[in-house]
Amino acid sequence: MKENQTRNFEKVITRTIQFSGYSSILFVLLILFFLLSEGTPALFDVPLSQLFSERWYPIEGYYGILPLILGSLVVTLGASLIAVPFGILTAVFIAEIAPKWLQEIMKPLVELLAGLPSVVLGFLGILVVSPFLRDTLNLPTGLTALTGSLLLGGIAIPTIVSISEDALNNVPDSYRHGSLALGLTRWQTIWGVTVPAAKSGILMAVMLGVGRTIGETMTVMMVTGNAPILPTSLQALFMPIRTMTATIASEMGEVATGSPHYHVLFFIGIVLFLFTLLVNVIASNISSRKLKRSERILS
Amino acid sequence: MRKVFSYIFIVLFFSILLLSGCQKSNNGNQSADQNVTDYYYLENKGSDTMVNLALYWAEEYQKLHPEVRISVTGGGSGTGISSLINNTVDLANASRQIKLEEIESANKNGVDPIEYVVARDAIAVIVHPDNPINRLTLQEISDIYTGKIENWIQLGGEDRPIVRLSRETNSGTHVYFLEEVIRLGNSEDKTIFSANTLLLPSSEGIIAEVRANRNAIGYDGLGYITEEVKVLGIAREEGLDYIFPSLSTVNDNLYAISRNLYIYAPGTPPTFVKAYLDWIMTSEGQKIVTDLGFIPVK
Repeated sequence: MKENQTRNFEKVITRTIQFSGYSSILFVLLILFFLLSEGTPALFDVPLSQLFSERWYPIEGYYGILPLILGSLVVTLGASLIAVPFGILTAVFIAEIAPKWLQEIMKPLVELLAGLPSVVLGFLGILVVSPFLRDTLNLPTGLTALTGSLLLGGIAIPTIVSISEDALNNVPDSYRHGSLALGLTRWQTIWGVTVPAAKSGILMAVMLGVGRTIGETMTVMMVTGNAPILPTSLQALFMPIRTMTATIASEMGEVATGSPHYHVLFFIGIVLFLFTLLVNVIASNISSRKLKRSERILS
Repeated sequence: MRKVFSYIFIVLFFSILLLSGCQKSNNGNQSADQNVTDYYYLENKGSDTMVNLALYWAEEYQKLHPEVRISVTGGGSGTGISSLINNTVDLANASRQIKLEEIESANKNGVDPIEYVVARDAIAVIVHPDNPINRLTLQEISDIYTGKIENWIQLGGEDRPIVRLSRETNSGTHVYFLEEVIRLGNSEDKTIFSANTLLLPSSEGIIAEVRANRNAIGYDGLGYITEEVKVLGIAREEGLDYIFPSLSTVNDNLYAISRNLYIYAPGTPPTFVKAYLDWIMTSEGQKIVTDLGFIPVK
């Protein structure tokens, strides 16, 4: 009797776990379906030439999303330029150079940074980073793409650090020992052996970090000034820009359901989704390549 | 025992999913239900300019009438009006008048908006206290915001680039400013804000940037202006007097950029909502308007 009960219980648990597994697929499909069904009408409401024009001012029927797409790219690019070198070097320091006690302090601290709410970062941006940049770089205003990039870099760094650090730790110690035994210095070992061996893991870390910055909303909305200027040169980094995420967040509440503006906002959602999808596909390609290589090493 | 827990968990999980899909469907039914428990629930949403005002009204009124529960949220006039159109609020606050298209789409949903003017507001144009500019004409402000004037030196000020600040497009203040200042009240005019106008998500954001940035110019409801920014005198036209916004200049219609603040109800309001609206118009309700820096309706 008791055994029977346990078996039933097991069955329930199995089903629950199974359902949870399937549900994530279901949710993704539902969201995708919703996005497509609400976003594609934009292509019929607004002519394509207008959709990819240069002016975004939806309350008067200007639906050019080009400045928004490029705005997001500028901020993401800036954030990557900051976060990638910083993140990888921090990971190398924690995994390879820092003494054990320092490692044990730094690792949780970096992970704590990852938990910092983005609104708090935005506040920091408005009160500290933006006035600082305005005064030191003598900019007309501190609410620029660069401010957003700096703060988003701060959001991406913890992701990059903790994943790269795991990748570095997974490099077998025999590699390091072998390299040192061949007479290479510590720096040569890190640069020539350990980091290349962990390359795929590090690349994945970078991709996931970049993926986080594209989707980040609150911080960019608070610090980038939200002016839909079309970025044409690198100077755009020092000017206000408007990102796709900030546009959706600040305008979604106002639109009447079913209006062209509503559909265009969902269309921006689709574009955003495609960007993150692209980044994720690249990341998973890299990680699957990693598997093959380790197999090759083992054989 | 554990099995029970896992069932409860699953049931809870699904009920949360289901509930999150539900929407408030009909206000009429709801107030009928509330009658039974002797509580009236009133949902008030819209203009960020009016959100403090609406909160003070709600607090005072709830003290006088404990049986009425009023929830106030902001989001912008556009947000309030679209909730009105979708019939999900009892009262929508708006710092601009409802548009014809909005009335039409409301009618399509079976909503017939009723308008109440509950207060007046002046929009002050503000700059950093160290900016030597003290006054501008409406035409000059329009030229600044459309990008025709790029530097303070063109207005007789310092050699500094002008940083234009505005509220987001869902703000009634934004729409009002566009129509009355940038287009100078000319409805045929299709001029819009220059693309490098910074669109900030809140009134406080504008004040914060103007307070700290000597290049900036911004505009905001009079109720939000603090001592730390400089309010400009404004003339309707070159050669006319420059007027500073205040209670008397707005009431005498001397100050150029002043407007009505509205509350909209979706159709004839039920008695408890009507009572609230009537109270707002009493001297007690209008005193709160004055206290918060807005201008009472005479």
